Amino acid sequence: MSGISTNVSGFVSRLSAWILTNVPGFFSRRSAWIPVFAALAILVVMMVGAQVRFGNFLTPRLLSSLLLDNAYLMILAVGMTFVILTGGIDLSVGSVLAFTGILGARMLVEGSPVAVVIPVMIVGGSLIGLLIGVLVQFFDVQPFIASLAGLFLARGLAFVVSLSSIPVVEPSIVWLQSTRFSVGGWYITPTGIIAILVVVAAALVLGYTRFGRTIYAIGGSEQSARLMGLPVMRTRLLAYVVSGTCAGLAGVVFAASVGAYPLNGVGTELDTIAAVVIGGTLLSGGSGFVVGSMIGVLVYGTIKGIISYLGAESSWARITVGALLLTFVVVQRAIVARSTRRR
Amino acid sequence: MNGNDEGPVVEVERATKRFGSEFALDGVNFRLFAGEVHSLMGENGAGKSTLIKGITGALQLDSGSVRVDGREVHFATPADAQQAGIRAVYQEIDLLPNLTVAENILLGDEPRRFGGIDWRAMRARAAEILAELGLNIDPASQLSTHPLAIQQLVAIARAISSDVRVLVLDEPTSSLDLDEVAELFRVIRELKDRGVAILFISHFLDQVYEICDRITVLRNGMLVGEYLTTELLRIDLVHKMLGHDADELEARPPVGGSADHATPFLEARGLTAGRVSDINLVLGEGEVLGLAGLLGSGRTEVARALTGIDSLVSGTIVLDGTTITPGNPRRAIGLGLTYSSENRRAEGIIGELTVRENIVLALQAQRGVLRRIGLARQRELAASWIEALSIRPASAEQLAGVLSGGNQQKLLLARLLALSPRVLVLDEPTRGIDIGAKVEVQRLVRELAENGMSVVFISAELEEVLRVSARVTLLRDGRVIATHAADALTVDALLALIAQPDVD
Repeated sequence: MSGISTNVSGFVSRLSAWILTNVPGFFSRRSAWIPVFAALAILVVMMVGAQVRFGNFLTPRLLSSLLLDNAYLMILAVGMTFVILTGGIDLSVGSVLAFTGILGARMLVEGSPVAVVIPVMIVGGSLIGLLIGVLVQFFDVQPFIASLAGLFLARGLAFVVSLSSIPVVEPSIVWLQSTRFSVGGWYITPTGIIAILVVVAAALVLGYTRFGRTIYAIGGSEQSARLMGLPVMRTRLLAYVVSGTCAGLAGVVFAASVGAYPLNGVGTELDTIAAVVIGGTLLSGGSGFVVGSMIGVLVYGTIKGIISYLGAESSWARITVGALLLTFVVVQRAIVARSTRRR
Repeated sequence: MNGNDEGPVVEVERATKRFGSEFALDGVNFRLFAGEVHSLMGENGAGKSTLIKGITGALQLDSGSVRVDGREVHFATPADAQQAGIRAVYQEIDLLPNLTVAENILLGDEPRRFGGIDWRAMRARAAEILAELGLNIDPASQLSTHPLAIQQLVAIARAISSDVRVLVLDEPTSSLDLDEVAELFRVIRELKDRGVAILFISHFLDQVYEICDRITVLRNGMLVGEYLTTELLRIDLVHKMLGHDADELEARPPVGGSADHATPFLEARGLTAGRVSDINLVLGEGEVLGLAGLLGSGRTEVARALTGIDSLVSGTIVLDGTTITPGNPRRAIGLGLTYSSENRRAEGIIGELTVRENIVLALQAQRGVLRRIGLARQRELAASWIEALSIRPASAEQLAGVLSGGNQQKLLLARLLALSPRVLVLDEPTRGIDIGAKVEVQRLVRELAENGMSVVFISAELEEVLRVSARVTLLRDGRVIATHAADALTVDALLALIAQPDVD
């Protein structure tokens, strides 16, 4: 592991030195992307390292399962990216995933058609997001506290719906996870496709719409955004709604793969935040990309994969993620400190 | 009166705004015509910013009307005012450092294609607008990668990006150097020729007289009058702003004398830290030493190195015959070296604390948490400093944040003086405060020196440096270029020294 990490830091520093010296203007234009490249470099180094160590790591089957296993996390990370970019945080996503999952499962058991159930699950997530957004925007509650309230609310509601797990047997939902479109050894499931579509859609929205740019603007300076006449109020509210909606959708995907249980997704919000931060999004807001978050999720998934290959205890996955997260946060602080000194 | 047949673009009548029981604006009338540069003058607290905010929709007037083109308008937000072509650029740059230059100029009015932002068109449009300002920077670069002066110009680029009819510039020149100011004035004249009405606010009288056609003077929230710049003498303007004789401005009794400094009280030898190198300074007891130089010449760096805020790379500091190493501000204060930052809001006053708490803050910190200053003693201290420095309003329990700039500065001084320091380093103590308060701070500094305090006085205004100091040390590019007795210098001589190319 330590060999990998020295490789990583050496590679990263050489890469960034190369970028700084060889591409004039690159830094001023693309400085926000550097953490994303760092995450990508880490991902590549880990994968290559694992391949060298195990010899059978980089197989189409394993890489495909990386997306399959982490589709729900990727969807959550996209929503979380919106919120973190505004400078907020959403702790509710794990619980919302559990709540919408169990709600959908219960509705299906009681005979509701799937065409009703899925929209209800997604909208259920949106509503909890809206509630958090209203608390943050209109009642001036700290995002941490408001989404903590959302966390407890959703978890509580999940238990109200059912105290025990409910298997999901509805064929059209199971289809989402079990269908495999294969090419050669590669395959992708509908859940994987959903996750990728969500990432692409979010990237377009953040990059090419006023709503998206306003998200960044709020994270940069809310006061300035307001003085520039940007719709700060509506945008921040919507950021939480997007996160809630993603959590609802992730609930569908998670239920399809694992089934519904009121204790699903405990701590998932923290995995999500970790993935987003590893993907290069600043926790203070205003800088980051959903593509980065996607890479962050893949890094997270790869660490888990490597640990299981090593046959080590799975707690090592958490420790590694923790160490990586710590490294990233420290690096981010250094970046922020440098840019504030320059101003 | 200015030969304009049309009515004013903006006309404000009987504008009144109250904060609590105090009138910020009391029945003020104001007019702004197309194609003129108009200056709003007044001391801090005269109501300038309140009036501007009333016009730009950042604040709602209690009563009175704002008419644009003769039609009464009610702007609920700055966005409404922008719709009507009224744009403002503030002293604190209200931009988004994390976004690109192009976005900072055009966001909110960005070119679109297929329902999304057309980045290529946006960059091209931004480049055009920047070119109008004579600025050649990459529109796709991140704003935070540019220096403050460029950011200021980007803010102006944003203001003129759309159809601007009224441009409010609130202290736009405070972070610009001379060349940049000239460039800005060129742009202002161009806009003026296009028929834009420009409201220009600045503390620099020179700039006001250079660029403005008319001047409206406010005092204590009331209108004093509206004048043509060509018909208003500077001294009259100052009188009108202050409302009392400004003779004090002229008076200049010599201070601290230019007695020889056989026994320097504070001496810096070969000080090197950050951007400054090999600085030699001598400060006598009871002397005011002025530090002059352009922005970026290292004035602040010298001050910070002297007072232990920035660590020394090399060099020694000798205080009263003993070599000292301040190392950190706490130890420096213990040695009697105190520093008042140029950035009084961010590094000085704590707005959420009361005047009393602000005054005892440093003293309490120096004594340590275990030796608490009793409340009675705190009140006594606060009351005596409020009286000594005539801080207004004279209430120890007022929140410091609501005081005017000048009073905040005095409060900061009170905090340092409560430590009974031996050396006071004042970095731009008069920046952004009104002329009346400036005179008071200057007088205070001289009184302190007369009572034996050694003061290092930093100011961007050469005239002020000359008036307050006994000797002036000139800095350029992080080096000391000369030290002269203030009596032997004039502003012109100082300028010549600063401007002259390197002799060596």
